[in-house]
Amino acid sequence: MVISVNASVSSNARLLGAALKALLALTALTGVLYPLAVTGVAQGLFPGRADGSQVSAGGRVVGSSLIGQPYDLPGGSRPDPRWFQGRPADGLTENTLNTRYRLLVSGATNLAADNPVLIRRVEDARAAVARFDSVPGHPVRPSDVPADAVTSSGSGLDPDISPRYARLQVRRVARENGLPVDRVRALVDRHTEGRDLGFIGEPRVNVLALNTALGALAAKG
Amino acid sequence: MGPVTAGVLQALALLGALALVYVPLGDHMARVYSSARHLRVERWIYRAVGADPDTRMRWPAYLRALLAFSLAGVVLLYVLQRLQGVLPGSLGFASVPPPQAFNTAASFVTNTDWQSYAGEQTLGHVVQTGGLAVQNFVSAAVGMAVAIALVRGFAHTRTAELGNFWADLVRGVVRVLLPLAVVAALVLAACGVVQNFAGVHEVGQFTGGARQWDGGAVASQEAIKVLGTNGGGYFNANSAHPFENPTPFTNLFQVFLLLVIPVALTRTFGVLAGSVRQGYAILAATAVIWAGFLALMTWTEFAHREGALRIAGGALEGKEVRFGVAGSALFAVSTTLTSTGAVDSAHSSYTGLGGGIALLGMALGEIAPGGAGSGLYGMLIMAVIAVFLAGLMVGRTPEYLGKKIGPREIKQAALYLLVTPALVLVLTALSMALPTPRHSMLNPGAHGFTEVLYAFTSAANNNGSAFAGLDANTDWFNTTTGLAMLLGRFLPIVFVLALAGSLAGRRPTPVTAGTLRTEKPLFAGLLVGTILIVGALTYVPALALGPLAEGLAR
Repeated sequence: MVISVNASVSSNARLLGAALKALLALTALTGVLYPLAVTGVAQGLFPGRADGSQVSAGGRVVGSSLIGQPYDLPGGSRPDPRWFQGRPADGLTENTLNTRYRLLVSGATNLAADNPVLIRRVEDARAAVARFDSVPGHPVRPSDVPADAVTSSGSGLDPDISPRYARLQVRRVARENGLPVDRVRALVDRHTEGRDLGFIGEPRVNVLALNTALGALAAKG
Repeated sequence: MGPVTAGVLQALALLGALALVYVPLGDHMARVYSSARHLRVERWIYRAVGADPDTRMRWPAYLRALLAFSLAGVVLLYVLQRLQGVLPGSLGFASVPPPQAFNTAASFVTNTDWQSYAGEQTLGHVVQTGGLAVQNFVSAAVGMAVAIALVRGFAHTRTAELGNFWADLVRGVVRVLLPLAVVAALVLAACGVVQNFAGVHEVGQFTGGARQWDGGAVASQEAIKVLGTNGGGYFNANSAHPFENPTPFTNLFQVFLLLVIPVALTRTFGVLAGSVRQGYAILAATAVIWAGFLALMTWTEFAHREGALRIAGGALEGKEVRFGVAGSALFAVSTTLTSTGAVDSAHSSYTGLGGGIALLGMALGEIAPGGAGSGLYGMLIMAVIAVFLAGLMVGRTPEYLGKKIGPREIKQAALYLLVTPALVLVLTALSMALPTPRHSMLNPGAHGFTEVLYAFTSAANNNGSAFAGLDANTDWFNTTTGLAMLLGRFLPIVFVLALAGSLAGRRPTPVTAGTLRTEKPLFAGLLVGTILIVGALTYVPALALGPLAEGLAR
């Protein structure tokens, strides 16, 4: 009896050893060789994209075309009326671990549709956007404000807005930059991307690209 | 073109792409698992392991090797996380505390990829790329091996052996997952998914100043995350993060990747079982359920008749503009009907019924088409139950694929079915009854209950998606969801392999006029009915307390 227990203990140990060796061999293949090979090829073929699609303007990096960012007045927290605004990002937080860095932690609000907190937020955002984007002679009604303008995205980093929300902002942006409304509207149209291949996803406007072009337009006068 | 039309076209394009690869990939996998040849790299691995890949194993030996391999996985992943603080290449991130390290180790080894941490602030390159991504490969290969072993149980007639676990594992990685992952990773990187080993670095911002970002081998992990139906995001927002899923095309491509192996495995099953039409019947049942779920989800999300979504004028809370409502609904249905659990939008902010559909998709056992391997073996268990019910109706001994299904096999199938509901319902009830776990809920009312029910449904079914408002990083949830994932993965595998063992070697019964033709549409219909009835009977009371109460309230 004792002998057979010992035998099964040692055979279990042998099996575990084999399992560990299999895992280490597969780690070498899929955890070292594979990511290095993919990194090598990706960095060779499309380095800009593999490094995060950074965009430069006026000789300096102004962000990533894929990552949304705030366009606030200096001091933060209040939107700068000169620029097109992105979506709310109430789910976005800063890191609470490893706090020698200041990293953005992506995320959604995860609030339920019937949560009073979310209902209040959406109502407030609708009123705020309507106020912010109204110009004398052209008031924006809360019912004109599209859904993406008053909801937080899944990542908190949505780089896009809907073409409707971009057009809603045209008069305010034109007025603040001293530009003709038609030229700003044409700029929005030029930066409106259709669905991929005509049917995948939704039409959208990349806010960073739009604001970069707007900055160039405003500088020319 | 309206968004609904575009959404329908998108779904049709997806089906077209799956149809194109169905036969080649399914046949390839059938060849991989029945070939007598070993590749050179495979021989190296066998030599390192000290295993003879040509030894045929009976089910207990197959199971022991599988459990040993998975145990080694849990231990190694736990140790890597606990040592992160002193390992080089970890961006200087601290070690993960024990309860969370246990939870994450259990999660990735069981193909669940439930995450109680936020990737970008918790894990460096070593754990992400050398630990989690490796389990993304091997946990999928383990699931596929179990499915193949069960198919062999049906197909073998003169031997009770199920094959060699090491050979099935290594071939699944080397000949199926790895080549597909390389192609998928490069496509994703070409579309903007990041792939670098940059540490934390500064990126200038438009209005001045800079933000800190961490880089990583995201494209390579993203590819196997979806291909292996894993679902653990590199970043907290998972496939909603633009660095994981930058364009509408990558979104559709990821849905394709997470469906492709489970779908093609029905072909592999047909080929190995000697009748591709048997595979088509399983595929048909899968397609009916998936299409029905997608139609319901798309409808309720576009209707958005509740609270904040109605006021906003669209169900865009927690959704990205580039994917829209249709692209998010397609992803949500596909990720919860497979065992993937990646999300491109916040399921918690879906309509009440939409969240319920995602929940029910997991509760059905993730079989339409289910996880890599686990979907096929789950579906075959349901097929056994379906022939048993049909046998009861006509008073004949049930048989499937020529094998008589006796009391012993039915008990194994029934036990398989009981494991996950028992885990889900008992742990949910405990969490609601105890004083502290409820503090983890973010939302009040029925939705808060759904958060807890969703968490255990996701864990026990090895899905990994979440109603992420729930604060799951507590000792209670880290421990209980960790246990639910382990038991929900390995107990069913025990019953599947035992079933395979008792079927293998049994002589086939000849087909007669009285045989239930399991390759016909009638059987596919019976299978769908069985799945829906078993799922509904088990979960309707719990669903009524959560998503149904929320979705039907005005």
